[in-house]
Amino acid sequence: MSLGRLVARRLAVGALILFVVSLLVFGASLLLPGDAARAVLGRTASPDRLAAVRAQMHLDDPPLQRYLSWAGDLVTGDLGDSVVSQTPVVELIAQRSVNSLLLMVLAALIATPVALALGTWSALRRDRLPDHLTSLGTLVLASLPEFVVGIALLFVFSTGLLRVLPAVVDQTQGVLVQPEVLVLPVLTLALAVSPYITRMMRATMLEILDSDFVHQARLNGVPERKVLWRHAVPNAIGPVAQVVALQLAWLAGGIVLVEFLFDYPGIGEGVVDAVDARDIPTLQALVMLVAAFYVVVNLLADVVGVLTNPRLRTGGAS
Amino acid sequence: MSAAADTTASGGAQGLLRRSLAVGRTRAGLVITSLVVLVAVVGPFVAPQSETGFVGAPFSPDAPGTLFGTDTLGRDVWSRFLHGGGSVLGMSVLCTVAGVGAGLLVALVAGYSRTWVDELLMRTTDVLLAFPAIVLALLFLAVFEPQPWTVVATVAAGHAPRVARVMRAAVLDVAGRDYVRSAESMGLRRWSVRLGDLLPNVTGPLMVETGLRLTYSVALVAGLGFLGLSGLQADQADWGLMINENRLGFTVQPWAVLLPVIAIGLLTVGTNLIADGIARTSAGTDREVLG
Repeated sequence: MSLGRLVARRLAVGALILFVVSLLVFGASLLLPGDAARAVLGRTASPDRLAAVRAQMHLDDPPLQRYLSWAGDLVTGDLGDSVVSQTPVVELIAQRSVNSLLLMVLAALIATPVALALGTWSALRRDRLPDHLTSLGTLVLASLPEFVVGIALLFVFSTGLLRVLPAVVDQTQGVLVQPEVLVLPVLTLALAVSPYITRMMRATMLEILDSDFVHQARLNGVPERKVLWRHAVPNAIGPVAQVVALQLAWLAGGIVLVEFLFDYPGIGEGVVDAVDARDIPTLQALVMLVAAFYVVVNLLADVVGVLTNPRLRTGGAS
Repeated sequence: MSAAADTTASGGAQGLLRRSLAVGRTRAGLVITSLVVLVAVVGPFVAPQSETGFVGAPFSPDAPGTLFGTDTLGRDVWSRFLHGGGSVLGMSVLCTVAGVGAGLLVALVAGYSRTWVDELLMRTTDVLLAFPAIVLALLFLAVFEPQPWTVVATVAAGHAPRVARVMRAAVLDVAGRDYVRSAESMGLRRWSVRLGDLLPNVTGPLMVETGLRLTYSVALVAGLGFLGLSGLQADQADWGLMINENRLGFTVQPWAVLLPVIAIGLLTVGTNLIADGIARTSAGTDREVLG
């Protein structure tokens, strides 16, 4: 199977998954005790108000028709108004998406090079003290929930020991005019994803440093520094790139607790707000967005894996 | 994965546990975990105050007669901390048992069916894996309202597809072995092959997976509590809820947040150290535990 067809097939599978996901997310609202209008207005809502919100949400139409118009709206990006705030859902989501992407990209940009360097260093010092310390440190860091790490950082840098960074975001302004608020959330997320990248890099480098072509290069008298940079590192990129992409996908869920902790106006906080307000339409749109991001990044991880694995690239395994 | 199955075939689950105790990490993890479990279990009996009694002004770190001051409503932080471990621990264990159980069941069916059932089950896991676990949990909780049992069900539902993936790979690996073929040729029913030949030979990966899922359960259950969504009574003491209630007073009264955070952190590190120790023993090598 050619590479193009392989990628096209994965894309088709991704689209199919998103379709079924949309059925699930839409179907969830049918399971509500009562309906979405009652969920958002609460038990004490007046019949007039209920009827008005039902009309706005088209709850009186049959489910199939509602699904089709909802899915159509999703695809065309017209998500209607939030029944809670009466502002267009798209506006709310657009700014939050930019904010969340900023967090995720910064976290990935900081975590990846540090983790790769640490993983390589650890592999080169195999079974010596730095390797053991890195191994234990990454295991502990990988165990800790991200909000535990975030609260520890808050305590150290903004509320307890040193009071040098803001604890929460001033939501009346954009995050870019107050870049100092990005430091702690980005650091928390970077600390959450780096252990996995470090461990994968270490394991991959150990395997490569022990392989025949590296031994051969050494026997030929190639200097160790050149062995590392010309032969070992380039061969580690493939498997590690896949783990990096998977960690990026993990960030889509990781932002929920971290944004809530730092009052950061992103998609994750939007999800929690929508659950609290029982604003089901906004929640559905946000969940679809997260699922789409998740599926696309996993797809990228897949494609990267195929591109960097010669055995898969040349066919055989489909 | 094949190495894992090989070693367990010759040792069984108990042998594996015993051998994993030789690894320093497992022992350290066991000590840390036992410590936190001890606090959670014995805590309510030794707490100086009741869960809900008021002992002073809100958020005063040095209220007279208290060890760690008072919380957002003026209740004793130390007593609430001692009362608050049971719910996190109990719910996490339930999530793990339900999630790993369901995932294992799917894996045993799918990994040993070679029909459309396998395909259907695995494509279903694909769909459930299109959400980060916490987002799936939040979607369910918005629909079914947070109750302790809905929280357990949603967290378990997040685990099941991930466990099913890993365990199906392990089952597939064993399903091709000669002893399974010979059991088939003797005409054993498929479920007696599954339970008699497949299950005992995937205990290594199963134990590692259980340990990992316990770690993630604690993180998710406490995380949902931290969001104020664990479905417990508003005045119940719970480590996750304590963080949520007291985070606005973090600057003046850090203990009300730090105590539960430290306990949750220790618990996740402890259980993950055990999982890592078992994984290393089970693989017989320096195998790393990756997500």
